Amino acid sequence: MSDLVLRVRTPPQFRLDLSPLTPERLAGQSADAVARVLLACGRRRVPVGEWFDVRGSAGGSILIEGDCARMDRIGAGMQDGQIRIEGDAGAYLGLGMQGGRIEVSGSVDAYAACGLSAGLVRIGGDAGDYLGAALPGEHRGMRGGVVIVAGRLGDRAGDHMRRGLILAEGSCGDYCASRMQGGTIATLGACGARPGFAMRRGTLLFAGPAPSPGPTFNDGGELPFGFLVLLARSWKELPSRFAALTRTSIRVRRWVGDLAFGGQGELIHWPA
Amino acid sequence: MPGKAAVIVNGVSIDDTFAEAFAMRATRVIITADTAAWARQAAVTMTGFATSVIGCGCEAGIERELGPGETPDGRLGVAVLLFTTSSSELAKQLERRVGQCVLTSPTSAVFAGIVNGKPLPLGKTLRYFGDGYQISKVIGTRRYWRVPVMDGEFIAEDTTAMSDGIGGGNFLILASGASRALAAAEAAIAAMRQVGGAIMPFPGGIARSGSKIGSKYKTLIASTNHPFCPTLRAGVDSELGPEIECVYEIVIDGLTEEAVRDSMQAGLRAVCAIGAAGGVRRLSAGNYGGKLGKFHFPLRALLP
Repeated sequence: MSDLVLRVRTPPQFRLDLSPLTPERLAGQSADAVARVLLACGRRRVPVGEWFDVRGSAGGSILIEGDCARMDRIGAGMQDGQIRIEGDAGAYLGLGMQGGRIEVSGSVDAYAACGLSAGLVRIGGDAGDYLGAALPGEHRGMRGGVVIVAGRLGDRAGDHMRRGLILAEGSCGDYCASRMQGGTIATLGACGARPGFAMRRGTLLFAGPAPSPGPTFNDGGELPFGFLVLLARSWKELPSRFAALTRTSIRVRRWVGDLAFGGQGELIHWPA
Repeated sequence: MPGKAAVIVNGVSIDDTFAEAFAMRATRVIITADTAAWARQAAVTMTGFATSVIGCGCEAGIERELGPGETPDGRLGVAVLLFTTSSSELAKQLERRVGQCVLTSPTSAVFAGIVNGKPLPLGKTLRYFGDGYQISKVIGTRRYWRVPVMDGEFIAEDTTAMSDGIGGGNFLILASGASRALAAAEAAIAAMRQVGGAIMPFPGGIARSGSKIGSKYKTLIASTNHPFCPTLRAGVDSELGPEIECVYEIVIDGLTEEAVRDSMQAGLRAVCAIGAAGGVRRLSAGNYGGKLGKFHFPLRALLP
């Protein structure tokens, strides 16, 4: 897979929308043609070449080098191929992504993997608030795919999440899995306040420290759950610390809720 | 009937005939449990009363036992094959048998044994037993159902897949005595169970009541295969000489033509290894003149 390489010449002072730069949209284009693609920057539309040095040819893979912290919507709507970012990325990374793979070596801003339906997003640093959530005003968050975060999650990760998997190797912020309707979030780190607030279905799994569920979660005690084996086995091929997770027992402590919202979601503590 | 040029293998005469088999619809499910005994128990229960599509709705059997490395949940398991004559009957039999025999069996779980093909509901319909407390879990690309039951959760994969199948592969073991015929048939079954993708649906894999199509009674579509009944040889146009006292039939259903052929070959070779010294005199097969079944398995082509 050949690489199209975009090196950030000077980080923009304002937000820059990189959503046109997906592998399938640029397929077959030369570096010169890519440099002429227009990007939204506030009220202006500026060519890629104004911000990036472009080299290589557009195949199935794009490499973005440099500080992209003010560059939003990277890989939005992406269906196939791969985007690698050597550095930080802005907000809405992988918004509505339907396939392919995005890897960020640094941290990302809010709303990453928002509305993700398939594919893999891997974040080497921290993730901002609302990872895998729904856009404001929408009711369908992440509904498929896998998100791996090596660092910590911001607040309200998985808000309105319906399906898919979020693996947080670090800690979670407040209101993790709020309004969750399905899917799985697992963390190796500590959890912030009110995990699973208003969740109706889905699984929030703590493979590290025990959570402190709110009063609207009922403690079901310790029981064995066979599906955990299926879950852990599915992680074996993933580029994550979860792949090496070893648990000899499937006997876990489980809380059900959020009962204030008629929820049947579950918080599970699966310690080593 | 024996051919003009006799073929004798280890003293066993091989008839110049063929088994005639038919296209069927098939599926495979994997049943696991906390112990091999309970996985086997669930599979045996599910495949009970499944000897013939004529009276049971399907033909089913245990394909083989599975180690922890071969099952989705890492427990001991059993692979079960089901065969029917139609897709709709296959879906009905699968739902009914898994629902009544696997869901009810202690510690069991059920998974797809075939991934590619038209989906057949598995947990997709059984989940309703959960009365709204069931939980869907999509793991990777597969959906599983967690149905609360009194010993924990029954895990059932959402669907398995349908496959083409072949039913009605067969051969007949003709021997000088009942115990010798049975010993030869048991040896054949032991060898055939080593072949994947095929089952022998009759009790212990062996049928003593081989049948012919039709009957003098209009309501019966099949009746005893009288030319092969030793007690009738004095009164009918018998296939049996005076040296034959007992005939057993082995019927084979397989997912592919190769699976049926390999299974038949393993069985025939095991019987021939016993040979005339063990009382086996002839090997034959059942067919309908080649007019009804698409798949033909000539015995002589499978030996030695």
